Amino acid sequence: MTVATGRTQPGPSSRADRGRTGGPGSLAGTSALAKFALRRDRIMLPAWAYVIVIGVCSNAYTFARLYKTAASRASLATTSNSNPALLFLYGRLNGDSVGALTAWRYGVWAALFAALMTVFLVIRHTRADEEAGRLELIGSAGVGRHAPLAAGLTVAVVANLLVTVLLSIALPLFGLPLAGSIALALAVATCGLAFAGISAVTAQLTASARAARGIAITVLGASFLLRAVGDAAGASGPGWLTWLLPLGWTEALRPFAGERWWALLLPVAIFAAGAALAFMLAARRDLDAGLLPDRPGRPAASTALAGPLSLAWRLQWPALAAWAAGYVILFAVCGAAGKGIGQMVGTSGALRTELTRLGGQSVIVNAYLAGLMLLAGLIAAGYGVAAVLRLRAEESGNLADPVLAGSAGRARWGLSHIMVAVAGMALLLAVGGVATGLGYGLRAGDAGHWVAGMLGGGLAELPATLVIAGVAAAAFGLAARASVAAGWTALGLAVALSLFGPALQLSPWILDASPFTHVPHLPGGRVSVPPLAWMSAIGLGLFAVGLAGLRRRDIGRG
Amino acid sequence: MGKTTTIRILLGLLRQDPGGTVSLLGGDPWRDATRLHARLAYVPGDVTLWPGLTGGEIIDLLGRLRGDGKDGKRRAELIERFRLDPSKKARAYSKGNRQKVALIAALASDTELLLLDEPTSGLDPLMEEVFREAITAERASGRTVLLSSHILSEAEALADRVTIIRGGRAVETGTLAELRHLTRTTVDAETEHPVSLAGLEGIHDASLVKATTAEGTRLRCEADNTALPALLRQLTGAGLRTLTCRPPTLEELFLRHYADQPARPGPVGSTPQQAPAGSSS
Repeated sequence: MTVATGRTQPGPSSRADRGRTGGPGSLAGTSALAKFALRRDRIMLPAWAYVIVIGVCSNAYTFARLYKTAASRASLATTSNSNPALLFLYGRLNGDSVGALTAWRYGVWAALFAALMTVFLVIRHTRADEEAGRLELIGSAGVGRHAPLAAGLTVAVVANLLVTVLLSIALPLFGLPLAGSIALALAVATCGLAFAGISAVTAQLTASARAARGIAITVLGASFLLRAVGDAAGASGPGWLTWLLPLGWTEALRPFAGERWWALLLPVAIFAAGAALAFMLAARRDLDAGLLPDRPGRPAASTALAGPLSLAWRLQWPALAAWAAGYVILFAVCGAAGKGIGQMVGTSGALRTELTRLGGQSVIVNAYLAGLMLLAGLIAAGYGVAAVLRLRAEESGNLADPVLAGSAGRARWGLSHIMVAVAGMALLLAVGGVATGLGYGLRAGDAGHWVAGMLGGGLAELPATLVIAGVAAAAFGLAARASVAAGWTALGLAVALSLFGPALQLSPWILDASPFTHVPHLPGGRVSVPPLAWMSAIGLGLFAVGLAGLRRRDIGRG
Repeated sequence: MGKTTTIRILLGLLRQDPGGTVSLLGGDPWRDATRLHARLAYVPGDVTLWPGLTGGEIIDLLGRLRGDGKDGKRRAELIERFRLDPSKKARAYSKGNRQKVALIAALASDTELLLLDEPTSGLDPLMEEVFREAITAERASGRTVLLSSHILSEAEALADRVTIIRGGRAVETGTLAELRHLTRTTVDAETEHPVSLAGLEGIHDASLVKATTAEGTRLRCEADNTALPALLRQLTGAGLRTLTCRPPTLEELFLRHYADQPARPGPVGSTPQQAPAGSSS
């Protein structure tokens, strides 16, 4: 029940009028809010910018090192532009300079990360704050009705400006031409800006931040797919698809290959149009309301939802389904790209060494496919850590209490999410293996053989992923507050040792610390059972330690 | 202060200090947690729900987690009475609606004990009334209710026994009547002649007012219960016309105990005639 007291409030009509005309006060407090938002993001924002900039720079460095001669680059350009899988993943390669290779290999992906960063930033400072009720508190202070949206957009602009400046400074340090560097930096940042406009609109549409984020990311995924299909179809195909949504415009700018500066106008126009539309929509709706209705759900639970395990599955399957879909696309495409890998590596002896080190064997195709399975293992371990840490999220969100106040014991509750994590990792590895085998087999022939072989190769990674997820589970039982840090640190170390350890030629003692070092290199490698058995035992032991710890400690936020 | 911690200890979520003892329904809440939980239903003070599940799904889930048989009729009746839309996702519920979900799940159960931690903090007055009716009915049917509240009128209306917790300690415990016994009665009397209070012990805050309508005087005072017989004799001697005696409200009791003490207190009430935390029922 709501009781209005005090002076008369302006009615809805006058409020809408004020919003439509913009009103002098509707932006009051924007700069204070933006500063506050930047303070809240002082860790997250630089971390995103760092990941984007380092990604681009490391590619510039690697290409300069691996493809020293113009001839080797030209042959890479020819093969990559005739390989549909590579066109799908990275787009067309325009030119054959080191800059062009860098823009080809990482431009679209950097733009994708910039877009993701921006979506998270904008939703976090608009709809997420509104959903949590924080905007209500802020709105009651001397803050205009449009200020939170304006502040969110300001933060997005600042973040993308930061990326532009850093890239424009960093790339010339690796010897790339200044004009191309600035073009690539702007291509990445304006893609981020376009998604600032798009997510500003989605933030007005739904009452939940999750859904608003989901719609914006769906647009991003569609952009990637349209661009990928348009590129992969080759010169005779529907190339116009790449022009429909933002990610394709990153290529259209052609950094380092005769820049077409006018292509920057497209994303900037999307930003401006999106922002204008968002302000208009914001003026027409009430606080907390969305323009799309919330769909009603089941008024009663299905009989399947009956205990901790079914609850854990219900909470986690949508995320698992998304991961599995990602695995299908990524590994089918990467598997297909394996045909012709030998030709592509071609004259680059350095790349050949790199690949054989990573894949642990000398037949280049086998090394490539085994490297893919290592990647599948590392990513699956990441899923496992996230799924196990759901326990911690439930606990600190006070959602463990209602389950534990029922007659399910702590161990059963803990085990429920661990079982989802293990089943999820196994599923992802199987999907990754089958997709790789199918992608490669359909192009190279003998698909049945490759599917079966790669399924085994994927599942061989499972014991190693159990160890990493086990660390997260043990930490959750013994020191819940440190569990998030512990789980991700374990994964980070394994990733660093597995991906960079061989290249750095670290001592075997150090490499042995990563469970992935002990996984057989499939296909082609020799399968040795004992390491797989003891890694499984260690993983299960860590789960047991976590559950035992959980039975002993206090439950709560602390 | 300490109310929620007490309840979380009773649920076996926290371990009590090594020095203390705690027993719930004759068992150890830490060791026998799962066995005891089948016999109780719990409503937390700050209800959080899984945002992607609907209210109806959560009500069913909580019941099944407890191991309840499904009583669809009672569930439907409670949903109707509390006016909850069970097909809405939990993320769309207000605080009051989340509270209703937890309350309906608890009330629809057939457990012998209800543990309620400030269960009405988000409810509007109409729903508070529905809540009181429901608790009164549960109480009449013989269920034990442990109600933690800082709304004194609520505890007064519902509780048979009251424990007042202040700064983490139980400072007062007993039936409402017992608590009142230690205190004073408010007396309001109209007499023909002025009453002389000289020589009477235990009379406080007395005020004599000249009545405006009829001839006579009006006395209003607080009397220690031990002083009541002497006061009544004086009143009859002065020609008593009307007399109102009222026991103190829980709020008055409370403020009298703590008005001059800085810590923020809070009572715990329970029904029916059973001691709350720390003893079996």
